[in-house]
Order: sequence, then C-alpha cells, then structure tokens
Amino acid sequence: MELYQELTRDVRFIEGLKSCMNCGICTAICPAAEFYDYDPRIIAAIVQSKDEERIEELLKCDTIWYCGECMSCKTRCPRGNTTGLIIMALRSLSQELGYFTESEKGRQQLAIKRVIGENIVYRGYCVLPENLVPEMHPEQGPVGQWIYENRDEVYERVGANYKGDGEGALRKIPQEAMDEIYRIFEVTGGFGRFDKIEHFSKIKAESMGFTEDGDDYSDYIKYINTNNNGKHTRQ
Amino acid sequence: MNKEGKIQVWQDYQKEIADDRYFYVRSCIRQNFFPGAEQTFLKILRSELGKDIYENPHHTTCSGIGYHSDIVPFDTIQTIVARQFALMTEAGYQNLAVSCITSFGIYNEIIETWKEHPAELEKVRNYLKSATGRKFEIPQNVAHAGDIIYKFRENIAARKKFSLINQQTGKPLKFVEHIGCHYSKMFPSKGVGGAEFPYVLVGMIESWGGEVIDYPERRHCCGFGFRQYLVMSNRGYSVSNSRKKFESMEPYKPDAIVSNCPGCPMFMDRWQYVIEEMEGKTYGENGQGIPVLTYEELAGLVLGYNPWDMGMQMHQTNVEPLLNKMGIPYNPDLKYATKEGRQIGKPTMVSCGC
Repeated sequence: MELYQELTRDVRFIEGLKSCMNCGICTAICPAAEFYDYDPRIIAAIVQSKDEERIEELLKCDTIWYCGECMSCKTRCPRGNTTGLIIMALRSLSQELGYFTESEKGRQQLAIKRVIGENIVYRGYCVLPENLVPEMHPEQGPVGQWIYENRDEVYERVGANYKGDGEGALRKIPQEAMDEIYRIFEVTGGFGRFDKIEHFSKIKAESMGFTEDGDDYSDYIKYINTNNNGKHTRQ
Repeated sequence: MNKEGKIQVWQDYQKEIADDRYFYVRSCIRQNFFPGAEQTFLKILRSELGKDIYENPHHTTCSGIGYHSDIVPFDTIQTIVARQFALMTEAGYQNLAVSCITSFGIYNEIIETWKEHPAELEKVRNYLKSATGRKFEIPQNVAHAGDIIYKFRENIAARKKFSLINQQTGKPLKFVEHIGCHYSKMFPSKGVGGAEFPYVLVGMIESWGGEVIDYPERRHCCGFGFRQYLVMSNRGYSVSNSRKKFESMEPYKPDAIVSNCPGCPMFMDRWQYVIEEMEGKTYGENGQGIPVLTYEELAGLVLGYNPWDMGMQMHQTNVEPLLNKMGIPYNPDLKYATKEGRQIGKPTMVSCGC
C-alpha cells in the first residue's frame, strides 16, 4: 500500500494540505506545541515530502496523537493549510492499518472507543453523567462528586429530563432513533473502525502480557488510561 | 491594532442569523455540565422573545467528540449530521440552532465539504437512505445558539432586571470573553466578527453594561483537546493550557469569565479548583476563584432568573462574588437543595469555591 496515495483518498487531507512553505506559524499558535514535544510544521513537511518511510514512522509514533484538534492552525496559515486536518487523516490511516498500537498515545484509542464510542451507539450521547466517576475524574472536584452522587435529584432541580421520555436535556433517546444510529454505524464503516481498534488492541494487549480474563481486557484499559512514560512534554 | 481598526475588521465578518423558527440541537457537554443553561436559552427564546424553537426528542449527539478523538469516521459523522438535517426537514424547519460549539464547527465543516466535494454529499444521501430511509435538505441558516442571543441582545437589554455594573462602585464589571475554538477558527465567516476579533460575546457584554478585557492569551484554546482530556494520563495538556490563560488574564482583575462554548467554561471552572489544589494559587479576589459562566447564564442573570434554577450550583468555582457585585438576591440555603427545597448534602469546598 502506498501510504501517501491512501492519505489523498481522505477529503480532509486534500483540504488540509495545500502547499506548505514551512514558515512555522502553525507551530507558533499551537497549544499542543507548547505542551508536548510537538511541531505541526514538521508534520506538514513530512507528508508533503511523500517520503513513504517517514510517513510510516509518523503513523506508528506518539507524535500524531499530541494534537488537540482545536484547529487554531487553520486560522493563521498564510497558505490555507490545516495541520489539524492532516492529523485527522493520519490518525484514521493509523487505525486502519493497526499502527496506532505501536505508540503509548495511540494505544489510548481503545479507552476512548470503549466509553465515547459505546455511549454514541447505545445511548445517543458522547458523554453521560454516569461516566463522571469521581475516581476517574478527580478534576471535577467536590461539586462534581456531589452531582455524581445525587445526579437524579440535581438534574431534576435544574430542569433536565435525565433518562426521561420526551424532549429535554439528558432525555432517554427513543429506541427507534438508536436503531437508526446503529444502522448508520453499520452502513458507513463506523463499526468497521471500532472492530479494528478492538482487534489490533487485543493483539497488542496480549503481546504486552495482558489477558482477556473474562473482563474484556479491563487491566489493559486501566493501563492505557493512566500510563505516562514522562517523555512526551518539552523539557 | 487600535479600536477603530478592530471595528473595521469585525465589520467584514457579519453573518446572517435567522430571526425565528429554529430547529434546536442540544450539546452533549452542555447537557451534562450546564443543563440549566440550555433550559434558560429555551425559556428566553420562548417566553421573553416569543420565538418558535422546536426540539425533536429523536435527535441525537452529532458524535463530534468521537469524531475529534478520531474513533468516528468522517463518513459516519456526516451521515449522523444528515439524519439531524432530515429530522429538521421533516418537521418543516430550515434554520438550525446549535447549542454546542464543536457541533457548530462540524455542521459548518460538513456543509462546506459538500460544497467543495459534491461526491461526498451524494455518498451521504445514499448512506442515510440505506440506513434510515430518510431524505434531507441542507439548512438555509446555521446559527450557534449564542449567535441568536447576540442578535436579540438589545431586546434582552430592554427587559433587564440587573446590569453588568458593580453595585458598590457604580462601574462596569470587567469580563473575560472566551470563544470556543471551533466557533470560527475553521471558518471565520461563520462567526460574528470572524476568528481574530469575534464580537458575539463582546456585543452581549457591552449591551448589558459590562466591559471586556483584552489580554494577551485571549484567543488561546482552553485546552480541552478532546483525547487530551478524555484520557486520564493526558490531562496535563488541558490544565496547562487553561493555566496559561489564567496567568495572562490575572493582572486585569476580571470579575468573571463568560464563554459561548459548552466545554470551555467547564474546564476553566474545574481547572481553577485543580490549580488551587496543586499549587495553592487562586486567580480571583480575596483568595477566591474567577466565576465562569455560560452566555445563557449571563443572559438569565440580566433578566433576573434565579441562579439556582439555572444550575449555577453545578459550578465548582463559586458564582456568588459576581452575584454580590451585580446585587442579585439569592438564598444560600437553597443552593444545594432539591426541587422541593430538601437539602441533599453540601460539597466540601476549598477556598476557590467559598
């Protein structure tokens, strides 16, 4: 497979890479570049070079997972490039080929799929109050914990329709609507993406000594959610 | 750039905002963290402004957080968005009112993709028909819900019960306005005032009596970064970017922060708590935090709505310093109460929340 050719099949890549002159303004404005050892200018330079070996390295490394997709790069680029869109095409291809499991940050895709992906398909929301377990979300603070522990009453107090029928915030989305979302995932390749994330993650988990062990690799999920080798940020 | 120059720039970025008959699509993040803000928006439109705004219970997430954390393919999100448009078309509406900033960016991205790449539109029409049997029209007008409040800001001002004036000093309150990145950084022409000088929140604040602070990191991202917050071990990215903003705005002594995005105010509210826990640093007056509001909450306060009805007890950083300055009465005993007024415990606060 020619990786560059594969990238050009993604309209986001076509829109994201016009012609980069390597001025670096994207790096200057980039929130990820301030925090991580990350330089979006180099991403654009590598894909523009069409160097297959370097593109393959990108698809397998942590670097492409540092972007926050805020798209600040789009506003400032004098040539109309959007490194954030290039990143989205690279991440899609990395998952398609299973290369995402080769990096610590890439492996995190399984944790995101298991929560956000399954919320979308089975509940019709990206995020749910039940997800905000205080042990996993200490940043939500005492108020977050109070909301979590009293969520039925708190949401009722502020006018939400939590798990209720009809309209309103956090309502239960009717089953007919959820059936349509499920079919959209079947028809458009959404489940194909999910299956690849699960398949390649399982191979990686087992190669790292984790086992399915009746709990669907929960130890592996915990590991990828919390592990940080400390080598990602600018020193 | 001087003020006249800025005015000239933002005048180049005026957008059309429909004035009635909206099809409302909710935000995943706003429903979780600021559900009362969405209810406030609907109340303002229906009860104060007499507008027709319709919500179909069958609409769903746009899947945007999944898309921007790269687990949802572009074909899938395009078709989910097309389904939302189909519900709008079937209900006889043409104007989309979008609660979420990420969704607003996605609707614009997809509509622009269909203009530039018509084959994508045909593909999505086929996908949607095959999956659901539905057909759709592209909305004639896509407005963020904040755009609509901006459009009617003077109508709200005419009905106001409270101004953005410090009742003790008589001076305008000073606001940091924070625009969610996906509002206009991708498509500047889709936002009021463009990406560099967005006017949507400035217009509201000034119409209601307040002043806006211009500070160096005004346009910097709050640090959500999708996967950079969703995955526990990545959250240093998120808090570091918010911290950069707090450090930059601190010398200007803001009375409050207001945002048009659902996620940004949650992060800027929660990260103040985390920074105090980690470093002992607070950014507001007297060791307190800077209250962080959604624009719906700000409009509701101006209109005299009860802050606890609007869900402002769900903020980690206390809003009382702002309520006190505006002279808004509130009952502290009912802050953490149920609908019936029964106490359901009280969160343990650090000084940021006192």
